Amino acid sequence: MKLKRKYLFMFLSILLILSVAVVGCGGGKQASNAPAAGSGDKIKVAFVYVGPVGDAGWSYSHDQGRQYLVKEMPNVETTVVESVPEGADAERVLTELASKGNKVIFATSFGYMDYVEKVAKKFPEVVFLHATGFKTANNVGTYFGREYQARYLSGLVAGKQTQTNLIGYVAAMPIPEVIRGINAFTLGVKEVNPKATVKVVWTNTWYDPAKEKDAAKSLLDANCDVIAQHQDTPAPMQAAEERGKFGIGYNTDMSKFAPKAVLTSPVWNWGPYYVKTVKAVMDKTWKTEQYWGPMSDNIIDLAPFGPMVSEDTKALVAKKKDTIMKGQWDVFTGPIKDQQGQVKVQEGQKMTDKEMLGFDWFVQGVDGAIPSAKQ
Amino acid sequence: MEQSIWLALLSTGVVAGTPILFAALGEILTERAGILNLGVEGMMLVGAVTGFMVTMSTHNQWMGLLMAIVAGGLMALIHAFLSITLRANQVVSGLALTIFGTGLSGFLGKDLIGVPLTDTFKPIPIAGLSEIPWIGDILFKHDALVYISYGLIFILWFFLYRTKTGLELRAVGENPAAADAAGINVFAIRYACVIAGGMLAGAAGAYLSLAYAPSWLENMTAGRGWIAVALVIFGTWNPLRAFLGSFFFGTIDVMGFTMQTIGIQIPSFFLKMLPYIFTIAVLIVVTRETKTRRVASPEALSIPYNREER
Repeated sequence: MKLKRKYLFMFLSILLILSVAVVGCGGGKQASNAPAAGSGDKIKVAFVYVGPVGDAGWSYSHDQGRQYLVKEMPNVETTVVESVPEGADAERVLTELASKGNKVIFATSFGYMDYVEKVAKKFPEVVFLHATGFKTANNVGTYFGREYQARYLSGLVAGKQTQTNLIGYVAAMPIPEVIRGINAFTLGVKEVNPKATVKVVWTNTWYDPAKEKDAAKSLLDANCDVIAQHQDTPAPMQAAEERGKFGIGYNTDMSKFAPKAVLTSPVWNWGPYYVKTVKAVMDKTWKTEQYWGPMSDNIIDLAPFGPMVSEDTKALVAKKKDTIMKGQWDVFTGPIKDQQGQVKVQEGQKMTDKEMLGFDWFVQGVDGAIPSAKQ
Repeated sequence: MEQSIWLALLSTGVVAGTPILFAALGEILTERAGILNLGVEGMMLVGAVTGFMVTMSTHNQWMGLLMAIVAGGLMALIHAFLSITLRANQVVSGLALTIFGTGLSGFLGKDLIGVPLTDTFKPIPIAGLSEIPWIGDILFKHDALVYISYGLIFILWFFLYRTKTGLELRAVGENPAAADAAGINVFAIRYACVIAGGMLAGAAGAYLSLAYAPSWLENMTAGRGWIAVALVIFGTWNPLRAFLGSFFFGTIDVMGFTMQTIGIQIPSFFLKMLPYIFTIAVLIVVTRETKTRRVASPEALSIPYNREER
C-alpha cells in the first residue's frame, strides 16, 4: 500500500511538473501565419513583444502593424514571440529567431537594446530593428514616432474640456519618453487654457491595472476632471468613467473601455513603417538609421474623438495638426519655461532631437516632481 | 479639502485591501487547519480569469463570481490531494500551484486581454449607513463584494472561536494526532478548509477582474497573493486583525499616489516594501512570545499528518 502510494505520488508530481512546463511556456507562444503557396520571393520577418498581443496597449499596437504588413505583402511570413521579458530571455529568443532564417527582426521594447546589439553581431546578414532605442550598427536600426506631437494635440482637447482647471496625468516610469509626453501634453493644455495645471502621479508600472486605477482615483479625489495616462492598461480611463469625469487614453483607441469618458487617445500606427522597412530590406536599399517618424508619416495619430468633444475643439485640433503635418511648426518651439519659470528654450528656437530624447525637466504648468534616480 | 483627501485615501484603502482580505481569510482557514498553501497567487489568477470569462458569456457578474469561487476551490483541491492524501511537501506543492495557476490563467485568458466588460460590480452606497460622517464615507460607499467581505470577517471569526466545529478545526491545526484520537476526522476537516480557502482566493481574484479593475490582464494580481500570505501572519491567524491589516496594507498601497497629489514624494519602492517589513516585525514578535499562545502560528502548520506514524 505504502509503496503504491509512493509511485502514485511520483507519477502525479511528474504530471504536475510537466503540465506546469507546458502551460507555463504558453506565455512565450509562437504563432505563424502560413505563407500563401507558390508566392514568389518569400521573406521571413519576426516580431518580439514585451507583453501579450492583446494588452490593448503597446504590444497590441505593434501587432496591428504586423497584421497590416501581412495584408499588404502576402509574401511576408511573420513569426511572433510575445511576453518576452527584458532580460537574458530576450537574447535567447532573438538568437533563435535569427538562426531560424528570419531576415528582419523587430524588437519592440526599449529593454531589448543590449541583447539586440549582441545578437546582431553574430548574425550580420539579418536586419534588426529596435523600437525606442538609440544604439545602432550596420545591421541594427532604431525606430520610434514623435508621439509628443499627438500628445500636444490631446492636450488641446483636455485643456478645452476641463472645468476645474486641474488635469491629472497618470505617469509610468520617470524616463525621457514619459516626461516628454507630459511636457507636450501640458504645452497643449496651456495653449488653450493658461489657468490649468497638470498634476502628475507616478505609478512606476507599465502594466498594473489596479495600481494605475488607484493612481487615477487619487487624482480624481484631488479634484482633477480629466485624466491622461501613459500605461498600457485602460484602468485610469475606467476610473474616470466611474466618476463621470473625462480621460485621454494612449497607445490604442481606449474608448471601448470607457465610452463616456475617453475624449481621444494618441494612437500608434506602425503598419506603414513595417511595410516600408521590409520592402527596403527586400530591395537591398535598407540602410541603418535612427528613424523618429513625425505625424506626417502617419506613425502616430489621434483616435476618433468622443461625442462630448465640441466642434470648436475639433476645428482647433485640426488646425494645429495641419501646421505640424506640414512641418511648419513643432511642439517644443520656444519660448518654453521650466517649472521654476526660467526660460529653457528661447523664443523662436526649436529643441533638438537630442535634447528631446534626453528630457529630464518639466515645463511650466506641470504640478509634480520627477523622482530622482535614487528613488 | 484637506479632510476630503484623507477620507478618499482611507476609502480607497478599503477597496485596495479587499482582494487581499478575501484571500487572507481563505488562507487563515487553511492554515488554521494546519495546511500551508502558498498557491494563493495562482488560485487568485485562475479565479480572476474564470470570473471574467463566465461574466463575459453570461452577462451576470454574480455567475462569474460563483464560477471563480468554484475554480479557486478546484485549484485548492489539487493542493489538498497532494498535501493531505499524499503528504507531499506543502511548500513545494503550493509554489507549484502558484506557477501552474499563473501559466494556466495566462493560457485561458489569451483571448480575453483587452476585451471590455460592462457587467461589473459597481459601488452601491448603503442608504443610511453611508450618511454617517467619516465612517460612512470610508466603509459604506463601495460595491457589494466589499460588504460581503465585512460579513465574512465576522462569520469566520464566530465560526473559529465560538462554534464546536471551529474548535475542532483549530485542534486539527494544533495537534492532529490528539484531534484524531478525540474522534475528529482530521482528513475531512483539512480537505474542507483547504478547498474553502481556495474558494475565497478565487473570490479574491474575481474581485480584481470584476470590480477593482474590470478587465483581464495576464498576471493582474501583481503579487497580491503573496501580500495575502503575509497578511495572515500580520493578522496572527485572526480574521478581525486580518481586516485591520488589509485596511492598513491597502491604504499603504494607495498612499503613495495621494502623497504625490499634495506634493510629497515617497519612493514607491519603499511603500511596496512596507507590508513585508511589518510582516517580518510581527513574525519576530510572534516567535518571541510563543508563551502567549493567542498569537502563535498553528502548531502543526505545514506538517503532513500521518496516521500510521503516531
